[in-house]
Amino acid sequence: MSSAAVTETMRNAGVNWHSDEMKARRKARYAADRRLQIYGMIAIAFALGFLAILVGSLTFTGYKAFTQTVATVEIDLSQAKVDPANIGEADWRGIVRNALRAQLPDLSRSDERKFFEMFTSSGQFLVRDAVVADPGRLKGVSSFTIPMADPVDQLAKGEIRRDVPESQRRVNDTQIGLYDQLVQKGIISTPFNWGLFFNADSRFPELAGLAGAISGSFWSLLVCFAISFPIGIAAAIYLEEFAPKNRLTDLIEVNINNLAAVPSVVFGLLGLAVFLGWLGLPRSAPLVGGFVLALMTLPTLIIVTRVSLKSVPSSIREAALGIGASKHEAIFHHILPLAMPTVMTGSIISLARALGETAPLLLIGMNAFITSPPDGVFAASTALPTQIYIWADSPERGFVSRTSAAILVLLAFLVLMNGIAIFLRQRFERRW
Amino acid sequence: MSGYLLITLALAALVMTFVGSARARATQNGASEKTHSRPIYHGLNAAIWTGVPAFIFFLLWLVGQSSVINQLVIASFPGSESLDATAKSLILSEVRQVAAGNIFKEPTPEIQAAVAHLKSLQQLSSVAIIAVVAAAMAIGAFLGYRVIGNRFRARHSVERSVTYFMMFSSLVAIVTTLGIISSLVFEAIQFFSKVPVTEFLFGLRWEPQIAIRADQVAGQGAFGVIPVLFGTFVISGIAMIVAVPTGILSAIYLTEYSDKRFRAVVKPLLEILAGVPTVVYGFFAVLTVAPAVRSLGLSLGIDASPNSALAAGAVMGVMIIPFISSLSDDALASVPRAMREGSYALGATKGETIRKVLLPAALPGIVGGVLLALSRAVGETMIVVMAAGLIAKMTVNPFDAVTTVTVQIVTLLIGDSEFDNPKTLAAFALGLILFIVTLILNLIALRTVRKYREKY
Repeated sequence: MSSAAVTETMRNAGVNWHSDEMKARRKARYAADRRLQIYGMIAIAFALGFLAILVGSLTFTGYKAFTQTVATVEIDLSQAKVDPANIGEADWRGIVRNALRAQLPDLSRSDERKFFEMFTSSGQFLVRDAVVADPGRLKGVSSFTIPMADPVDQLAKGEIRRDVPESQRRVNDTQIGLYDQLVQKGIISTPFNWGLFFNADSRFPELAGLAGAISGSFWSLLVCFAISFPIGIAAAIYLEEFAPKNRLTDLIEVNINNLAAVPSVVFGLLGLAVFLGWLGLPRSAPLVGGFVLALMTLPTLIIVTRVSLKSVPSSIREAALGIGASKHEAIFHHILPLAMPTVMTGSIISLARALGETAPLLLIGMNAFITSPPDGVFAASTALPTQIYIWADSPERGFVSRTSAAILVLLAFLVLMNGIAIFLRQRFERRW
Repeated sequence: MSGYLLITLALAALVMTFVGSARARATQNGASEKTHSRPIYHGLNAAIWTGVPAFIFFLLWLVGQSSVINQLVIASFPGSESLDATAKSLILSEVRQVAAGNIFKEPTPEIQAAVAHLKSLQQLSSVAIIAVVAAAMAIGAFLGYRVIGNRFRARHSVERSVTYFMMFSSLVAIVTTLGIISSLVFEAIQFFSKVPVTEFLFGLRWEPQIAIRADQVAGQGAFGVIPVLFGTFVISGIAMIVAVPTGILSAIYLTEYSDKRFRAVVKPLLEILAGVPTVVYGFFAVLTVAPAVRSLGLSLGIDASPNSALAAGAVMGVMIIPFISSLSDDALASVPRAMREGSYALGATKGETIRKVLLPAALPGIVGGVLLALSRAVGETMIVVMAAGLIAKMTVNPFDAVTTVTVQIVTLLIGDSEFDNPKTLAAFALGLILFIVTLILNLIALRTVRKYREKY
């Protein structure tokens, strides 16, 4: 029965609301209502479930990179021929190999080669640097930790399964045997992987760390903040309090709204063409990264600041003007300080956004392979998100968990920054 | 060095603030005439005169010096008049590499001479800027100090400087837009001088990698943008199919059905989805979603590509759920109470009120939100760079790999910054298209939303 006809019957005959027909109708209508509610719940469950899977799978693959399998080896340097005046020139390769050999003597030549492959190929440099840092170690026996190579690290963490046929895993049976012997001797351990935070990038997963990326991100954000914070606030104050209403200011407003929605990769193109191409600033430098990020965050910052300036009641301005303050004094001494908590919250949130921004940094070359942390804003560098991109592209198995670990570090920074923003908002924000 | 220079500048300005206000206080003490400004303004004025001109010189030097030095080095290079731009930039980059100590092979005597020249120029330029900045600081400080007196209107002077700074700042947004448009258009015009516009806009083949070869004649139809745009809209379409129903339904649930506490917890959690960096989504798409899609395809008997459009699109869809959700939320919340209550009074259930009254009334706002989200999906880069394909194919099969405008921009530009080959320039032409498309979407969306807001 069509609804018009139903209405017709109701009007003519008086409705029996308790008839089966009406009961069925009501039931159907309530069911439709419940269905809509259930769809909504499903939608929310889908979104939150995705978030949970995202965080869960990253944590699950990433937590293992926070430890690193190392061998602790005693080396007697008093016997080795090391010139204390010229520590770097000694035969560190030979010294380290001898020390490793002493752990498992009587290996055949081919086994020995496989044995050496189990340790990171840069062990000699690590030992050398440790001795350079503390020359007192030359006097006698001291213990050094040498990271295991990536395949052995994966084996120790159970990522490489022993029941897989030998040809399909990157650790052969001999090496597994040798590894077990090392474990029995008690020289293998898996301490917390400080290298993840204090090493720069490396081709070898066991040595790769985020120091370069973190300091690169720090310098970029510093430049970004130093530019966008004063300029953003100044622009917002001008547009909100001083600007005459004319064509130009209208144009500026439309512009700011549109800039806020321009895709980030376009800002990368801008940086590439203008900062690198026309101005000849150095490639891969945090300075240029900071410039581009500043241009990206400016529109949002201006919008946030204007909203917070607007929310300060006009009675405050009028009181200040009434007792003889100039317009500048009213704004800078009274209105701006009251709006400041919101402005700070907004700028921290937009900085957090800038920290996660990847595409523009890729285009200006902040995805270079750099093995030392940058020492300033002009030095070539990576940033946290671009480092994640580089590692995600690396074929070595060890970089999968390191990428996840780097993402967890990035997310931790974001949570920290947003946490500070929320704290500031709740602690200092005023409601009028 | 520039860091120390900046710190010196800041310190000098700070010192002048104190010195200036101390002097102003001294002259005001016991002065018979009326004083115009408070001492602090005299100090600030002195600081501005000390710091700002020197800082402007420093900025000009910062942006200008390297291109000037490049010009000088290349001009002094023997036989540089006959070289074209590519050869010049190659020589320059070699000179800079050698100067930075990255020597791969023994440089030629010409290069070594150029390196020596470069180093002497760099030294000269840093000495010069230190001298200029120091002189500007000294003169500014002297004048700023001398001008202090009871009659001097220091506050007006300071406020004028601040106003100029604010005006300059609000122009930055326009300068940025002009910078974007001019750089895109400038490079794109260069591209169109090598590849005809019509071929770019209407070509059905996109094979930019061929153009690297020296004997390749650019413009054989390998730069047709249609398949790239097609792929972009396939992936964005998948994203919208995921995001639109999820976003709107969750907004309906949160505004109409859920209690306050549930909403207070769930809404921020949903917002987190928008705050996760896109590179994280990209890695997640590669690590988890793409294999899942592949095995789903295999179980359906379809051979899914490892970088299928479905994986990239679905993850992108999840990323934009919060946009649609919160904009729909706003739209639903701004429907007047009277309409809702009128509907209840007629005996409609909650579901009927939502479907027949709230959604139609909120539709313009929701459509605006969806368009904004679409523009974001079209411009989204990292997810597709990591999870979508590189080969431009005209297919709507979600299990197949397609490429997008942003993927092509990034792959064309990574590791290659010479500005004269069509490959690099093509990226700017793509950027121009991307800018125009997103601009149009944004304008329509903003207009829809605004128009709707005026209605109630």
